[in-house]
Amino acid sequence: MSDLRVLAAEGPMNLTEGGFFAEWAGIMLVLPFVAFLLIVFFGKRLKNLGAEFAIGAMAINAVWATVLLVQNMTAGVFREVNFEIASIGMFEGRSLIFELGWVVDGLSIMMYFVVSFVGLLVFIYAVGYMKGDVRVTWFFASLSLFAGAMLVLVGAPNLIQLIIGWEGVGLASYLLIGHYWEKKENSSAAMKAFYTNKVADVGLILGAILLGLAIGDFSFAAINEAAANHAEPLEAVAFAGGLLLFFGAMGKSAQFPLHIWLPDAMAGPTPVSALMHAATMVTAGIYLMARTFPVYQNLVGGEAAREWMIPIGVITLFAMGLLALVADDIKKVLAYSTVSQLGYMMTAVAVGGYTAGLFHLFTHAFFKALLFLGAGSVIHAVHSNNMSDMGGLRKEMPRTFWTFVIGSLSLAGIIPLAGFFSKDEILATLDYEGYQAFMWIAIAGAFVTAFYMTRAVSLTFFGTYKGHGHPHESPALMTVPLVALAVPSVFAGFLNIPGVEFGRFGNFTTWVGARVVPMGDHHPAAIDWTLAAYGLTAGLLGIGLGWMMFGRDADTQLARDRVEIPVLYPLLREKYYMDHVALGLVGFTKGPAAKAVNWINTYVIDGVVNGVGASMGVLGRFVYSGLDQRGVDMVFNGASAAADAAGSALRKLQTGRVQQYAMGFVAGALVLVLAVAVFN
Amino acid sequence: MILNQFLVIAAALFSLGVYGLIVRRNAVMILLAVELMLNAVNINLIAFEAVIRSSQAVGQIFTIFIITVAAAEVGIGLAIVIMIFRNRQSANVDDFNLMKF
Repeated sequence: MSDLRVLAAEGPMNLTEGGFFAEWAGIMLVLPFVAFLLIVFFGKRLKNLGAEFAIGAMAINAVWATVLLVQNMTAGVFREVNFEIASIGMFEGRSLIFELGWVVDGLSIMMYFVVSFVGLLVFIYAVGYMKGDVRVTWFFASLSLFAGAMLVLVGAPNLIQLIIGWEGVGLASYLLIGHYWEKKENSSAAMKAFYTNKVADVGLILGAILLGLAIGDFSFAAINEAAANHAEPLEAVAFAGGLLLFFGAMGKSAQFPLHIWLPDAMAGPTPVSALMHAATMVTAGIYLMARTFPVYQNLVGGEAAREWMIPIGVITLFAMGLLALVADDIKKVLAYSTVSQLGYMMTAVAVGGYTAGLFHLFTHAFFKALLFLGAGSVIHAVHSNNMSDMGGLRKEMPRTFWTFVIGSLSLAGIIPLAGFFSKDEILATLDYEGYQAFMWIAIAGAFVTAFYMTRAVSLTFFGTYKGHGHPHESPALMTVPLVALAVPSVFAGFLNIPGVEFGRFGNFTTWVGARVVPMGDHHPAAIDWTLAAYGLTAGLLGIGLGWMMFGRDADTQLARDRVEIPVLYPLLREKYYMDHVALGLVGFTKGPAAKAVNWINTYVIDGVVNGVGASMGVLGRFVYSGLDQRGVDMVFNGASAAADAAGSALRKLQTGRVQQYAMGFVAGALVLVLAVAVFN
Repeated sequence: MILNQFLVIAAALFSLGVYGLIVRRNAVMILLAVELMLNAVNINLIAFEAVIRSSQAVGQIFTIFIITVAAAEVGIGLAIVIMIFRNRQSANVDDFNLMKF
């Protein structure tokens, strides 16, 4: 395996301001919220029940993001716009400013594009998918809210705005996952997603406070700048802060063991899954890691934090992929696949592969959205999520079939589709950074990926139809987005072939590298064919084995799927008992832990409090009877009694007779005159 | 200048006023006694002014000021006396001893 590597551009880059579209990029962040309000107030009166507004906003955003993307290709764009909202306290003589705004650089432009482009196609698809559904208007309002929150998150120039967008995404995901709330399990799934993310959010918020207070500034620009300069105060908190931010990312990006919400989130309508688990939300954690990448790359503490992140990423990418093998629900297969792919991205970022992780995020957004939408198309036709109700659909639904196959091949990493190049770059990064063992696990993961996708394709599209009724191909409103997503699923990989640049346009590496602080990650100088061959072989082996087991013999595929290997099968079926662990944790907290805390509270804390109270009582009684009643009161009573007596004596002088007063007055005057006469 | 004579006259007048103020029981007579005292002071002021001859005639202006104030004082004083007389059918100050403890 070759060591031909080039370092990312070092030193300040030539960044341009990007003109009108960069200066006003904030409009992209606001438009979905405008659409949300319009849908809520006027949606019901329109023909498509408000989808027009959502699609309109997303279409403008997609065009806008494309313009920015093209600008960023020709010359790196950097523009940051901040509005000062309020001062939120003082820190070492400087006031901490709360700002809202938007940042336009290579990273955020890539995210704007992915969110808007995939979002637009999903919205269009949803019009067809949700036809005749309950609460269509509210559904599109929530979708707009979701997209808007995600754009606020992506465009955030500081950690506080990121948290605002982050929580907004969490809220909107809760609304969307629980769209069919009439069924208890769906609303439970929504709550599970919300709570699991909340657990992780604690880490994010603590990490943000830690890093922000260390340098007295919450903006990414300042944090990254300080990280690049190895600033001492930031170095001191880099390990804890880095790990806490990562803990936050583990929630949204579904890293083991906080992944448990994602498969249940399939309770939402399929377009939601396509949007949430391909292009948005789950990418938020990866985005956060990429946004604060200099902290992990330049600081000793950050590098130490990465050592903890890598195993979690590797566990996620391999163990979660295995779960997809036993799922019957086609969306669950894709859900576990998503978790597994997020593990790839996190591993890549954790070992220092900034571009590798983001490139996989980029390609994954397209082919996973395609797969979810394809699955939705199938579900729409057979009215069931279970693959045991499908089969043989390739003849009835040719367009869905072909696009789904393209997505699967891309995900399985078959050359020359998008997934091949992005996965290969992750493998190359793992190899170069010296994590050979993890590289082999990742290759094994690629095998598993190919295997379960072949199983899903075989059970869904091959064999005989096992469901009810006669499935038909979905309307054009749904198949056109599929085709539109199939295009980047095939070609997106060419954007970042190692060593290949499109003249002055550069390639994906230079696009996402257009940031103020150099990322300093390593890129392959040329494609490493040995490594590529390993990955490709694993993928082909997976497909071959999958085809042998499920595809070849159409009639017995289900029987083969039900082979229950002892120990392993129940383990996978029960999702490694992670839900039980989580429930157990909650139960332990509610039961024994709560009882123990209660006991401590009753006997220890209350004892102290009561003891202090009792001693205070004794002290109080002494102060009252001894000091107050006998000491202080005596002084005041004596003084007032004296005043009373003096008053009783003197009041006799006030007779009411004016002439007596005049007498006294004259007598006094005489005395004064005499005194003056005598003493002068 | 025979300042002393004026001062003696004024002192005598003032003492008469004080005597009347203390001894008389009729409220009207008391007011008159007060007027005597004020005028004694006026004589003093005029006498000193005649000796000093200040550039701004301070003594004379003060005298006129006191006469004005005295007129007002007598006006209010007599009005009070009349009101009391209407209530008590008496002008004897020994009957007016409500203002005590």
